[in-house]
Amino acid sequence: MLIAILVILAIAIIFVLILAGIYNGLVGARNQVKNAWAQIDVQLKRRHDLIPNLTETVKGYMQHERGTLEAVTNARTTAIKSADSGVAAQARAEGELSQALGRLLAVAENYPDLKASQNFLALQEELTSTENKISFSRQFYNDSVLQYNNKIQMFPSNIVASMGGFKEGEFFEVTDTVEREAPKVSFS
Amino acid sequence: MWEQIRDNQLRSVILVTALGCMLILLGSFLGQTVLGDWSIGLLLALLIWIVMTLVGYFQGDSILLSISNARKIGPDDMPRIYNVVEEMKIASGFEKMPDIYIIDDPALNAFATGRDKNHASLAVTSGLLQKLSRDELQGVIGHEMAHIRNRDVLLMAMCSILLGTIVMLAWYGSRILFFGGGTRRSSSGGGNAQIIILVIALALMIFAPIMAQFIYLAISRKREYLADASSALYTRYPEGLASALEKIGASTEQLKSANNATAPMYILNPFRKNGRAAEDLSSTHPPISERIRILRAMAGNVSLAGYESAYNQSHKGGGGIIPGSALAADDAALQRDTSSAGITQSEKERARETSDALWKLHNYREIACNCGLKFKTPPDFHGDTFTCPRCGTVHSL
Repeated sequence: MLIAILVILAIAIIFVLILAGIYNGLVGARNQVKNAWAQIDVQLKRRHDLIPNLTETVKGYMQHERGTLEAVTNARTTAIKSADSGVAAQARAEGELSQALGRLLAVAENYPDLKASQNFLALQEELTSTENKISFSRQFYNDSVLQYNNKIQMFPSNIVASMGGFKEGEFFEVTDTVEREAPKVSFS
Repeated sequence: MWEQIRDNQLRSVILVTALGCMLILLGSFLGQTVLGDWSIGLLLALLIWIVMTLVGYFQGDSILLSISNARKIGPDDMPRIYNVVEEMKIASGFEKMPDIYIIDDPALNAFATGRDKNHASLAVTSGLLQKLSRDELQGVIGHEMAHIRNRDVLLMAMCSILLGTIVMLAWYGSRILFFGGGTRRSSSGGGNAQIIILVIALALMIFAPIMAQFIYLAISRKREYLADASSALYTRYPEGLASALEKIGASTEQLKSANNATAPMYILNPFRKNGRAAEDLSSTHPPISERIRILRAMAGNVSLAGYESAYNQSHKGGGGIIPGSALAADDAALQRDTSSAGITQSEKERARETSDALWKLHNYREIACNCGLKFKTPPDFHGDTFTCPRCGTVHSL
């Protein structure tokens, strides 16, 4: 009799431990999604900080490219303002900033003096790398969301997920014109 | 994919246990033949191993970096390599930026060290920084980050310490046994048993180092493939690593500061002979042409599953390079359509950048004159002013 009780008790403890393990795994995956999202923001902010330096450096060399320069400055202002006005709007603004920057760096190829400037080379390195970091952090974010969603959908963790109220994360898709799609991750 | 790679871990645990058993066997047989006591030999072997492991665990990375003459760099010393490492740090999901070291050596090589993600260091040779484009550098750094991420670095360090202990014991054991030393055979009777033990001890001394070496190599080669696959996944651009390996393989320089113990840590075996495809059992790395072929055969799908099927193609089945648990959690990942470089530097520009960084690391001061000339003054340069030989401007130091 005592043995039977002990066995049942042991099974119950093991069951609870397994549940706890699954739950912790889900929380871990959700936190990773959150962190990955924060990484994207860090890199976008870094790009905003780099642009004033760039326009300052470039101004002297590119007298005939006022329009291109202004487009970058304006796109940056819009992007910063849009940070509070919903993710979709911010996505559009960041996308336009990306394009304006791309145009500026492409035009810079025509100015050999500018290309020889140490200052410009350093900025170009930083900007290009920041663009790369944005896309790598987006990639890591999507991988994290995939892993998290798999956990939510697959048996047996799906049972724990529905009990704990875990909601699926949304992928970060990029289209041609829009740099950043609405992620709408809900962390309830 | 981001899960811990369990199958591989299990396999490694078995192999390490096998190495450990070998050490225990060797220790106790040596104890019996040399000192006449099993337990003393066993205890001695374990003691040596534990001390070496502790030193290796806590000091291994700094010892390795200092015997390689590596110099630590910061973000301002050489932005390109720092940025590439940071990009790969983001892509692989590390939280802490690894330390970066440069080895002043024209050979093309790189290695990772450190016991876990929070104590990681990467070392690259200056030759690598000069010869590789940004995409290629990304591939190589991705490979090294994967070694840290999969905890290969820790495992290989622990294995090489075990291996080192076995080799050391066997070496000293054979010297003591053959050239006198205290063979105080305690008992007078039981001659047969004595001979059998002596024979086993002899056999162990001869075979243990060889067996241990093979086990070590088996672990290390598998992990090279896995690191290649992970690098392709991080960069989404297997061509980068493939062409980096091509350049590294074509280079004829040999790394001066490598030795047998550190060889498996490098991206490419630093001891390969010129023009020899090192594909036999005695190599720590898979043949480079093989690695390039697999990377190029990935054709669009750069996930781990894509790597596995590319490997199977070139090996006619019999794969199993990527552990099943990693494959299950892995979806198809699309290759980037273009290189992400954005900046195209000529080899000359890269060489200049690298040598400038090295001058700076050796405490040379750089002065840029308005006329366009640049000077570097050595650390022991005495004097308050310096006159530009071209335009005559006097610079105060």
